[in-house]
Amino acid sequence: MNDVVKNTGLFALVGALIIATGFMQSWNSALLILNMGLISAIMALGVNLQWGFAGLFNVGIMGFVALGGLAAVLISIAPEHDAWAAGGFSVIAGLLLGAATIAATIMATKRMPAGRTRTLVVLALLVGGFFLYRAVFDPGVAAVEAVNPANAGFLGGLGLPVLLSWPVGGLLAAGAAWIIGKTALGLRSDYLAIATLGIAEIIIAVLKNEDWLSRGVKNVIGLPRPVPYEVDLQASEGFRSWVEGAYSARLDGLDADARASALADLVITTSSITVKFAYAGLFLFVLLVLMWLVQQALNSPWGRMMRAIRDNEVAAEAMGKDVTGRHLQVFILGSAICGIAGAMMTTLDGQLTPGTYQPLRYTFLIWVMVIVGGSGNNFGAVLGGFLIWFLWVQVEPIGLVVIQTLTAGLADGSALKSHLLESAAHMRLLTMGVILLLVLRFSPRGLIPEK
Amino acid sequence: MDFLNAIVALSNFVLVPAIAYGSQLALGALGVTLIYGILRFSNFAHGDTMAFGAMITILVTWWMQSAGINLGPLPTALLALPFGILGCVAMLLLTDRLIYRFYREQKAKPVILVIVSMGVMFIMNGIVRFIIGPNDQRFADGERFLISAREFKAMTGLSEGLAIRTSSVITVVVAVIAVALLFWFLNRTRTGKSMRAYSDNEDLALLSGINPERVVMVTWLIVAALATVAGVLYGLDKSFKPFTYFQLLLPIFASAIVGGLGNPLGAITGGFVIAFSEVTITYAWKKVANYVLPESIAPDGLAQLLSTDYKFAVSFVILLIVLLFKPTGLFKGKAV
Repeated sequence: MNDVVKNTGLFALVGALIIATGFMQSWNSALLILNMGLISAIMALGVNLQWGFAGLFNVGIMGFVALGGLAAVLISIAPEHDAWAAGGFSVIAGLLLGAATIAATIMATKRMPAGRTRTLVVLALLVGGFFLYRAVFDPGVAAVEAVNPANAGFLGGLGLPVLLSWPVGGLLAAGAAWIIGKTALGLRSDYLAIATLGIAEIIIAVLKNEDWLSRGVKNVIGLPRPVPYEVDLQASEGFRSWVEGAYSARLDGLDADARASALADLVITTSSITVKFAYAGLFLFVLLVLMWLVQQALNSPWGRMMRAIRDNEVAAEAMGKDVTGRHLQVFILGSAICGIAGAMMTTLDGQLTPGTYQPLRYTFLIWVMVIVGGSGNNFGAVLGGFLIWFLWVQVEPIGLVVIQTLTAGLADGSALKSHLLESAAHMRLLTMGVILLLVLRFSPRGLIPEK
Repeated sequence: MDFLNAIVALSNFVLVPAIAYGSQLALGALGVTLIYGILRFSNFAHGDTMAFGAMITILVTWWMQSAGINLGPLPTALLALPFGILGCVAMLLLTDRLIYRFYREQKAKPVILVIVSMGVMFIMNGIVRFIIGPNDQRFADGERFLISAREFKAMTGLSEGLAIRTSSVITVVVAVIAVALLFWFLNRTRTGKSMRAYSDNEDLALLSGINPERVVMVTWLIVAALATVAGVLYGLDKSFKPFTYFQLLLPIFASAIVGGLGNPLGAITGGFVIAFSEVTITYAWKKVANYVLPESIAPDGLAQLLSTDYKFAVSFVILLIVLLFKPTGLFKGKAV
């Protein structure tokens, strides 16, 4: 019982921190923290599946999150018919040729006996396939990117509801995880780390440079939403009268002019809060479903097997468990969860901006969440997600206040003071590092330890 | 004549940049590989260690420039380098004392140390950004070119110019000196030999009376020197920006793994393998091809295999190929 009380207390504490933000700053920022906290918690669940359950060291979370974001674009944006007509099919044909080349090479390596002939055939396949791929692919890309480059210049998506992109984001991430897992799992743990670090950089590079796919650094903006727009709410009669009714106590004492302007303000604030609540509801639903699934997994024979493998690979293998196979499974599942979270995040932002994906924010911060929360415990990971996200957002203003107090004695306009004030924004990296090291040192099992 | 022009163009755009970049990677990979050999973990903070050492050097350089101290045609940074190394040594010894030593005494698993190094990475990254800011900083001075393209053309009468930048030459010279010193130290001195013994077989080394704390301390000293030199050379050759140093982590690790983790010779080879592949694959071969090939089959396009934005992909693919076919690297590395 003691554990339950302590854990509920910890969650209540984080809840209180977010509510305090609502009272002290604004409800809009509190809800923003809540929404991103929900998404961070889902990412932390995915990493916890890999690290906490199986001991896999994945530092490519950013890549899987970005793939989820790509899914949001590919599913929800309307297709660009002109671009498809101009070169869409040669782009697709080029990609298929590239995939066929790789498949043929793998077949050749596997089927042919080792020797000089095989090396020559593999080389010929790779070189020939590469030039063929470029010959088909490049003109297609040039044609697609030439169509209305200022507003489009890409193939667009499928024009389906954006909610569909969440599972698809998971699938994309799972596919990428399968490729990495096939090559890097079963080797040393550091190698998986480097491999995932690399694939994440490559995925971001692809998103930044392949303009035909998602407009690259020109960004895709205005993704469709799963919830109503604020302006539509403000224009709707029902919403206005609902706000009027809800705030009648505050509005009643005012004269007609003041009442109208106060109502207008209230409608604007309430509409943006309502939209954020709607998002929070959707995200909470996904979090609860995933939470239920991973809890089931943790307590099932499969979960016990995973932990047995994590704690002693040799013993588990001697018991007839397929260690590499199980690792591949859990690696794919965890990455898929990160992909889902990535699609949700892009949906919340309403835009895909490849330039903003930074490994410190999207990979290493998630690691801090899992370690601080408690690796191996799903509730711990979720708690870590909320708590660390809250700190990540709030350390910047707090750091600014601290620096302002510390430098209050310095003369205004002095170079040192302005430099310190400017640098306050970088306090958050420092804080995250300190928190991570302190937790690792003094409470290595996290806030809510594994049972 | 065309053939000579092709060679000059090749040297100018591929060989010289790749040799300089390879030296920088080799120095970085040596640091990673030493930590791996002695302390037995992959240090994720290495890129930021390089940035930290380079930052101290830059600050001292700026001070020297404002005080009117310089080296004439050579960049002032060379004079400031020892101070950067000292600063970096102090930083690394402090982190070891405060952070890593605890886990060493606990005999923590290597992956825990990797996570700890992630925390150190955050802190160093924060400190660097806090002190010098996240933007590009220039600190190179002195002569820009040893031979400029125009001088070379006038000298040889070729239509292609070969520009050799002072920073490239300094990079290679300093790297050669650093590597020679390192190998002399590892192979000839008592401390160096005890380091190698410790890396080969920890228990045996302890039995023969080698003091592990001393070995670890010397390792950090060498790593600090190597990381600072690598960081300053990279900054002189390109420019100093904290985030690029963080991104260097990938090619540096790739170099160390391709060569064989824990093997210094491997780290150097790996550095050059990665650098040459990155530069040759992302170079537009049109110019060279136009000189060598007859006009009828000369390429129309840039003849670039991959755009330069994908240079990370190159180191990654090479890493994968080596891992798939030779998991311990080209030279026999460790597999813990």
